[in-house]
Amino acid sequence: MALLPGPTEMSTTSLKPKSVETRQNVVILFAGDSGDGIQLTGSQFTDTNALFGNDVSTFPNFPAEIRAPQGTIAGVSGFQLHFGSVEIWTPGDQCDVLVVMNAAALKANLIKLKKGGHLIINTDGFDRKNLRLAGYVDDADPLTDGTLEHYALHSVDVTKLTRTALEGTTLGMKEKDRCKNMFVLGFINWLYSRENALNEAFLQKKFAKKPELLDANLKALSAGYFFGETSETFTTRFEVKPAPMPQGVYRSITGNQGTALGLIAGAQKAKLDLFYGSYPITPASEILHELSRHKNFGVVTFQAEDEIAAISSAIGASYGGALGITASSGPGIALKTEALGLAFMLEIPLVIVNVQRGGPSTGLPTRTEQADLWQAVHGRNGEAPIPVIAASTPIDCFDMAFEAVQIALEHMTPVILLTDGYIANGSEPWRFPAAKDLAAIHPPFIPAKESGSSSEGFLPYLRDDRGVRPWALPGQAGLQHRIGGIEKQDRTGNISYDPANHERMVRLRAEKVARIADRFKPIRLDSGPPEGEVLVVGWGSTYGAIRTAALRLQGEGRSVAHVHLRHLFPFNKGLGPLLQRYRKVLVPEMNSGQLRQLLRAEFLVDAQGFNKIQGMPFTSEEIRDGILNLMDR
Amino acid sequence: MSNKEHMEGTPGQALPTGSSKVDFSSDQEVRWCPGCGDYSILKQMQTLLEQSGRKKEEVVFISGIGCSSRFPYYMDTYGLHGIHGRAPAIVSGLRSVRPELSVWMITGDGDALSIGGNHIIHLLRRNVDVNVLLFNNEIYGLTKGQYSPTSPEGAVTRSTPMGSTDHPFNPMALFKGADGTFLARSMDRDPKHMREVLARADAHRGTSMVEIYQNCNVFNDGAFEVFTEKATKAANTLFVEHGRPLVFAGGTKGIKLDGFTPTIVDLTDGKHAVDDLWVHDERDGFKASLLVRIFHDPRVEGGMPRPFGVFYVHDRPTHEEKLHAQVQRVKQTKGAADLDALLKGEHTWMIG
Repeated sequence: MALLPGPTEMSTTSLKPKSVETRQNVVILFAGDSGDGIQLTGSQFTDTNALFGNDVSTFPNFPAEIRAPQGTIAGVSGFQLHFGSVEIWTPGDQCDVLVVMNAAALKANLIKLKKGGHLIINTDGFDRKNLRLAGYVDDADPLTDGTLEHYALHSVDVTKLTRTALEGTTLGMKEKDRCKNMFVLGFINWLYSRENALNEAFLQKKFAKKPELLDANLKALSAGYFFGETSETFTTRFEVKPAPMPQGVYRSITGNQGTALGLIAGAQKAKLDLFYGSYPITPASEILHELSRHKNFGVVTFQAEDEIAAISSAIGASYGGALGITASSGPGIALKTEALGLAFMLEIPLVIVNVQRGGPSTGLPTRTEQADLWQAVHGRNGEAPIPVIAASTPIDCFDMAFEAVQIALEHMTPVILLTDGYIANGSEPWRFPAAKDLAAIHPPFIPAKESGSSSEGFLPYLRDDRGVRPWALPGQAGLQHRIGGIEKQDRTGNISYDPANHERMVRLRAEKVARIADRFKPIRLDSGPPEGEVLVVGWGSTYGAIRTAALRLQGEGRSVAHVHLRHLFPFNKGLGPLLQRYRKVLVPEMNSGQLRQLLRAEFLVDAQGFNKIQGMPFTSEEIRDGILNLMDR
Repeated sequence: MSNKEHMEGTPGQALPTGSSKVDFSSDQEVRWCPGCGDYSILKQMQTLLEQSGRKKEEVVFISGIGCSSRFPYYMDTYGLHGIHGRAPAIVSGLRSVRPELSVWMITGDGDALSIGGNHIIHLLRRNVDVNVLLFNNEIYGLTKGQYSPTSPEGAVTRSTPMGSTDHPFNPMALFKGADGTFLARSMDRDPKHMREVLARADAHRGTSMVEIYQNCNVFNDGAFEVFTEKATKAANTLFVEHGRPLVFAGGTKGIKLDGFTPTIVDLTDGKHAVDDLWVHDERDGFKASLLVRIFHDPRVEGGMPRPFGVFYVHDRPTHEEKLHAQVQRVKQTKGAADLDALLKGEHTWMIG
């Protein structure tokens, strides 16, 4: 990308027509105090661009504290948006534009701005107090001390301009200042040749019952837009043309929304009610919020007294014939572990979503990590293999949630779906499917006509050719039976301590889960040659960064292929042979090498790790460097 | 010491199988210790269901872990033997999606009050419609004899060889505190009373909590003999009935309320009459709070007799009634499920 014009002085006098430059893609980061409304500014600008036809990817990043001390680094909230006229796979590595509302936001985020990038600052957030709170000591002032000389600095007194625009309204100063985010949004809309219309419609709805606030927010939005037009802060506007996306109707979706909708769609396609037992936890709570809005889909949400009750109630609901679901993040999943074993032992359908965050223990609640893979695959007492699948993008959360429901219901097993905070909160445009195009789901119910007992009585653990037991529901006459967590006799389900029976049951249960791999589609490379130098094996939310890096290296003539795993247990049957077709295997992960070890154990392959454990996603640049390092080794 | 007076349900005794009656016993061999109080409870439960005319397939037993929790395997109904302490949560999920079933929960003093303590209070506050049989034997049986949260202070057990220093729960007071809507106590040695109490529990809509004193003849034999043995029962127990004055000891003693303080009075000394006594009103929540607080050792000087019977009944909508009423309301206002509309969401745009 070409370097942008240098710093400009601010003035609001002339009305010279401004030139428009076209950009292929832009990364913009809005940052401010957590009370500044940054998330709203970011998501509104995202919606506008998506509606315009850009491909977009977002990364909201906020503090764990609800009201962290104002003005401090700890209280900085950020929203990064990558939009373009080309395919976009990540929220972007380095920013083209950084908008900061105060000194702390600058200090926390300047490192992410490209040299020569546009830096838009709210000067009111750089008074002595704010500088001190941000940790600039001894009267240091980044605005004047040369810190910013490599950037295109645009100083705007957003606070003052917003207050001026709202003169004559009845709002208090505090309420006026809360409209700053709309001023910024209006200005950015102007800068990128977008209109305010979508945001105006949003405000009309949001403040329908508060006309004074509506009026103020609309005024601030419009003032920001006109400020762009009249001031000389920017002499150039930019334009990002629509992306060549497949034709169709789109909406925006976050990963947690995708997960919630995928679960509802699964229940609908199985013609079942959905029971969601949950205990609030970051970053999984939005799934509960989303599901609780859709009770007309036969969705029952149960905010349980704790994580254990959340999963246990879901087991009770599945026992009753509904689709039982629970979700949490690492610490909550740890609490659910014993009940997970029960669900496995009962062989009852259940979906468990883990929206991973930084661990161990409480760890980094609002940061992302992929460090719960071993917990998902191994974390139970006894031998209790449970299918583990993972989503790679916000949209993929929908697809994988749907698949989790399919596997759980059609194979009578708990299924763990791994997502993480990065894709759970990130969003992208979604060409949503039609309901009729989603596969029907067929749980192994026992038809009413077969009710009634054979000579042996009803056998709750009599398996079909896939090793799957039938799902008899309380209320079905003649099928009364007892199930439980104690080892059971083959076929009858009665308690059995017989040594040979125990070994048979352990093997039967494992075999049933292993055979779920029979339903997976053949493994497919995401990109790259079918054999060659390096195969990059990824899973989960690293997808965009790996894809971007792999495509770039392929463009540079490098022999690099990328495969992204959605099925982590059992693995796709084609994975073993695929790994043999490359000289080197690289496994980038946001952990110390959990998938790498599983691959080594399963396939005796010398997989190499490339690991980042900072609570932050990989940039595609980092992945590229990792691949090149391995190639040069 | 206390096995002389066995009534119904002794192991090895064939269960009566009337030709017209539905037999609710499963084909599984009952494996409690010979002489265990659990047999009596199983027998009364089966009899109650046989007399109720209920269909087997409409009945579900859910349990946790412990001796009592094997119960579902002995009933020819649907049954789920869960994990330690979590039966209330499993019940809550089941009831949320299948409100038409008759659900019974079997638990013990360790299962309900120790490891599952958190779940039991939330079951009660939500008023999930389930009949809970809490087998209280004041000991951990399945793990072979450690003290439980209902063991009295000083109890000498495998884990407290020098006596327990823990203060025990008063289960009924705890359940009252959690806004339980049906609170009752019975005992394994009084099958008739137990059956009556269980029938009342069955009839109640909401969480029916029945604490049953159950003798563990292996690890805590005689824990309740002062209440159950003929020689001492009358003087040390108070069987309450709705609308009747609180009398005990064969009608020779009664309890009156002295302000908020229950006091024992002698009905034979000419100074007190039955008219002076506290009349039990199971619908009175304030008085029930006092009644469940009568939890003394009656053998100690001034100790009150232990109350048995239905202490409190309160009609309050159940968890699942409210849940389904809300779902119905939402269906009316938002319309039936339209998956396409859901996937579409509120804002869409067209490309191409």
